[in-house]
Amino acid sequence: MSSTPADLFFTPDHEWVADPGGPRARVGVTAFAAEALGDVVFVSLPAVGDHVDAGGECGEIESTKSVSPLYAPVAGEVTAVNEAVLNAPELVNEEPFGAGWLFEVAPTAAADLLDAAAYAALTEAGA
Amino acid sequence: MAGGFADRHLGLDARSGAQARRALGLGPDERIMERALPADLRAAPPPLGPPLTEDQTLSRLAELASMNNPGRSLIGLGYYRTLTPAVIRRGVLENPSWHTAYTPYQPEISQGRLEALFVFQTMISELTGLEVANASLLDEASAAAEAMTLCHRVSRGSRPRLAVDVDVFPQVRAVLETRAEPLGIELVDFDPLAADPAAVRGAAGRYVQYQGASGRLVELGPLAELAHQAGALLAVGADPLMLALVRPPGADGADLVVGSTQRFGTPMGFGGPHAAYMAVRQDLVRQLPGRLVALSRDAHGAPALRLALVTREQHIRRDKATSNVCTAQVLLAVMAAMYAVWHGPDGLARIARRVHAGAESLRQALSRVEGVEVQGGRLFDTLTVRAPGRARAVVAAAARGGLRLWARDRDTVCLSTDEATTDQDLADVVAAFQPSAAAERPDAPDAVVGAQPGRPDPAPDEGVTAESAVSAAGAAPEPWDAPEADFGPLTRAGEFMTQAVFHRHRTELAMTRYLKSLADKDYAMDRGMIPLGSCTMKLSAATELAGLTWPAFADLHPFQPLADAAGSLQLMAELNAALLDLTGYDAISLQPNAGSQGELAGLLAIRRYHRQRGEAERTVCLIPTSAHGTNAASAALAGYRVAPVAVDPAGNVSLADLEAKLAEHQGQVGALMLTYPSTHGVYEAAVRQICAAAHEAGAQVYIDGANFNALVGWAKAGHFGGDVSHLNLHKTFAIPHGGGGPGVGPVACRRHLAPYLPGHPFGGLDSKVGAVSAAPHGSALVLSISWAYVKLMGASGLTAATEGAVLAANYLARRLGATFPVLYRGPGGFVAHECLLDLREFTKRTGVTVEDVAKRLMDCGFHAPTMSFPVAGSLMVEPTESESLEELDRFSAAMEAIAAEAERVAAGEWPLADSPLRRAPHTASALLAQDWSLPYSRALGADPTAGGRLDTKYWPPVGRVDASYGDRHLVTKLAS
Ligand SMILES: Cc1ncc(COP(=O)(O)O)c(C=O)c1O
Repeated sequence: MSSTPADLFFTPDHEWVADPGGPRARVGVTAFAAEALGDVVFVSLPAVGDHVDAGGECGEIESTKSVSPLYAPVAGEVTAVNEAVLNAPELVNEEPFGAGWLFEVAPTAAADLLDAAAYAALTEAGA
Repeated sequence: MAGGFADRHLGLDARSGAQARRALGLGPDERIMERALPADLRAAPPPLGPPLTEDQTLSRLAELASMNNPGRSLIGLGYYRTLTPAVIRRGVLENPSWHTAYTPYQPEISQGRLEALFVFQTMISELTGLEVANASLLDEASAAAEAMTLCHRVSRGSRPRLAVDVDVFPQVRAVLETRAEPLGIELVDFDPLAADPAAVRGAAGRYVQYQGASGRLVELGPLAELAHQAGALLAVGADPLMLALVRPPGADGADLVVGSTQRFGTPMGFGGPHAAYMAVRQDLVRQLPGRLVALSRDAHGAPALRLALVTREQHIRRDKATSNVCTAQVLLAVMAAMYAVWHGPDGLARIARRVHAGAESLRQALSRVEGVEVQGGRLFDTLTVRAPGRARAVVAAAARGGLRLWARDRDTVCLSTDEATTDQDLADVVAAFQPSAAAERPDAPDAVVGAQPGRPDPAPDEGVTAESAVSAAGAAPEPWDAPEADFGPLTRAGEFMTQAVFHRHRTELAMTRYLKSLADKDYAMDRGMIPLGSCTMKLSAATELAGLTWPAFADLHPFQPLADAAGSLQLMAELNAALLDLTGYDAISLQPNAGSQGELAGLLAIRRYHRQRGEAERTVCLIPTSAHGTNAASAALAGYRVAPVAVDPAGNVSLADLEAKLAEHQGQVGALMLTYPSTHGVYEAAVRQICAAAHEAGAQVYIDGANFNALVGWAKAGHFGGDVSHLNLHKTFAIPHGGGGPGVGPVACRRHLAPYLPGHPFGGLDSKVGAVSAAPHGSALVLSISWAYVKLMGASGLTAATEGAVLAANYLARRLGATFPVLYRGPGGFVAHECLLDLREFTKRTGVTVEDVAKRLMDCGFHAPTMSFPVAGSLMVEPTESESLEELDRFSAAMEAIAAEAERVAAGEWPLADSPLRRAPHTASALLAQDWSLPYSRALGADPTAGGRLDTKYWPPVGRVDASYGDRHLVTKLAS
């Protein structure tokens, strides 16, 4: 499994956030999550302009065997969604921290997130 | 042993049974049920009679058949006479290779029926003009209900209203009403031709019957436009035969289309089973209910079919699934698809033209009859005829001549022509409308059933009227083999069903070979054991199936006067009595046409019961986490919030968590849904306590009877705490699974719930709950199978069958437990009728997954057990009472051989990726490939248990199917 990028922040639901303090916080799922999900075949994402609440359900990730809700890690307005991943959901498995990103939010409040070390500890503990 | 037929049904005889008991450490006279079944559940033996012989059973069935009088039905309303091609009757319906297969969860050994279903989807897509069709639903009315909930979902619940065509079939309306109420959806009447749709605005969807119950045929284009302007979806209930001639609804903007393929060669059978369908626009595919077959590829890159987008379904999404449907109508969908293959698009159009010409010819002839007025406007096959004050008399006159028509009210008769309509039928209809005919003895059966008082009459289409230029002399119909059918702007243009399959198998020899080639790809009960846990794949004996094709049963219309169906009703009464004896309940309905529908009916009964008592706030349904997915999905459809109850480390419902949940939702729990024996295959000792705790909290107890095969003759759900249960006659009572249906899911209950069992607008069934199925007795035709099973087995055979099933499961648990730990056991270390093998440690140690084991079993000539239900990483094995000791041993040997192979992987002898396990299943082509670079021999790859003897081997036609490729590149029909 690929290592956890040190510059990202995380949720216990295995999502990552890049630059949560900036104007465009990018969100995705971690490699740990992607592996646990299995082959991702479909993602549904919030629409640009939607307002999302921290911890609120805002989409779904479907694999061949399961479907998992997607939670917004930070509150704010959705400013972009990854069209590429809508068309090629396998990107979530292939590059979860890169081309497989999901959406971007303009945060309206600071979020309560884990840093890389805390997240790594969480996954090692078998969460 | 029980003697007689039972000896043919039971796999373990006196000698092998004793051997199995010995292996379990039981004494020669010790009965396993006495050890395995908690003593406080034991019930007195059922008071059923002694078994009949096969010959006696058939004689008795013939007697019942002779009490039926189907006549020639022109009642229509979604059920029509049809001519089943003999090659399909014999090649599909009567062929165990088709009717004894299971739902195609294991695609590698199901390519034949997956292909047939793919053809079905293609046919529906072509006829409806919509991109994606599913692989069947249960009946037209429940398909309409699925359309309703689909519209509701798409609107995200923001517009809880469905506008329903006033000309909808009455049974469709009835099921919509049943299903709308618990979801808080309001139904509003909608006349597509009325100018002002004010009442209709705000609906999430509009449902139009195409053609209407009155025969009215409206233009869909403008309706779609209006619907879309109002932000609603247009759902259409369409007759697929008519679609061979008229514009496909999809081309006119319909968003989804449902209907029944009954008239594609499936007899009416007093109501079912028949395959319904749903087709949707491509972008609605994730909203589709039911199974969907799609193209993918196998490990060698070859095309292979599989069930797609399964995450929509109840077994994964549970209470958030698109539907509770599980068992559907696969066998009937295969028959309908083959009917289309047999006739091709030109043949379908020819049949449709003939049906239409019959109706037109009747219209002309009737318009010349004095005092009779036929509706004007475009029609396909249905006439609404006004004969003021004389409707009953006309129907009675027709009945004297053997015809069955429908008197909608005092003044109106409705009838539909069909594929089987003859000149004589037409002449008889005309004669029945003559004022003189009606004056004769009115002593024929009364066919005024199901009139709908208080519903507005649909307005006739303006345009053409019945006034025709044909000479008014003489009432005999004109010759009616009209080569042309003119539907004006509704006329279908262009070719359809151009795919080769609809053109290539048009001689009987070609068709025979096509059916054989498909069946040869599949693994069904005629090849070997299908040890699927929770599915009870037992023998369906030839004698039990005999009645299916008898015209006295097959040709009954579900809305025929009851007097015409005396034999069928008697058969049902006898079956009902037996099922009540066996379950300990007081009342029963055979209407639900699958387990899922039985669950819905039972939960609705509980809902109404609480409401009647002023406890409407009881809207929580407690369901153990180990339950089958349909439980949660059905609860959601019945208006419940699902609250899961934990399972303790022994696999039993956690009493502590149950108490906690009852307390947490105090006063709000409507039902506890429990499966008994549990989905873990265990007789939970505390079941009485569990039921009592629920009752104490004011809840009702629903006992899922899917596992009733472990109780029949020994314990009764109605006595140990159940208030209501469904049974799966397609598991416990020998109805073959059909590759994924038909099913029958009777719902049985204690006295206090009896008033809330399903009703129906036809058939004299009144009820506070309403209909759950399109026909009053659901899939009535296949009930003769279960009836015959009970007669043939008798009390002694049925109790012996239960004992045999439990003995076989324990024998397997004992033998296989040495290799794969049995996860849960009940009292005394015994399992019930199935056992759950825990492969999680095995997988951790060897890397070999349950999927690898399942696929490798195919090489050994077996269907895999149930995979990863109810516990991920497990295999659930249910041998049933029908399998012999040799077959159980053969299966055990295969499992042991597979375990030994896994050890070689673990020992590093084979890399997992190049092991015979991960490479399974092995096709003949792969094994014969020029280059063979794998570290094991070709012979070992073929079958590790065969010792090189491959002459009778089953060869999987494709390699392991790639699940994700097909979901990512969704192809759901044949390319044209
Ligand atoms: C435990 C259990 N409950 C309910 C069902 C649903 O029955 P059906 O498939 O007939 O809808 C099944 C079978 O599939 C089952 O195994």
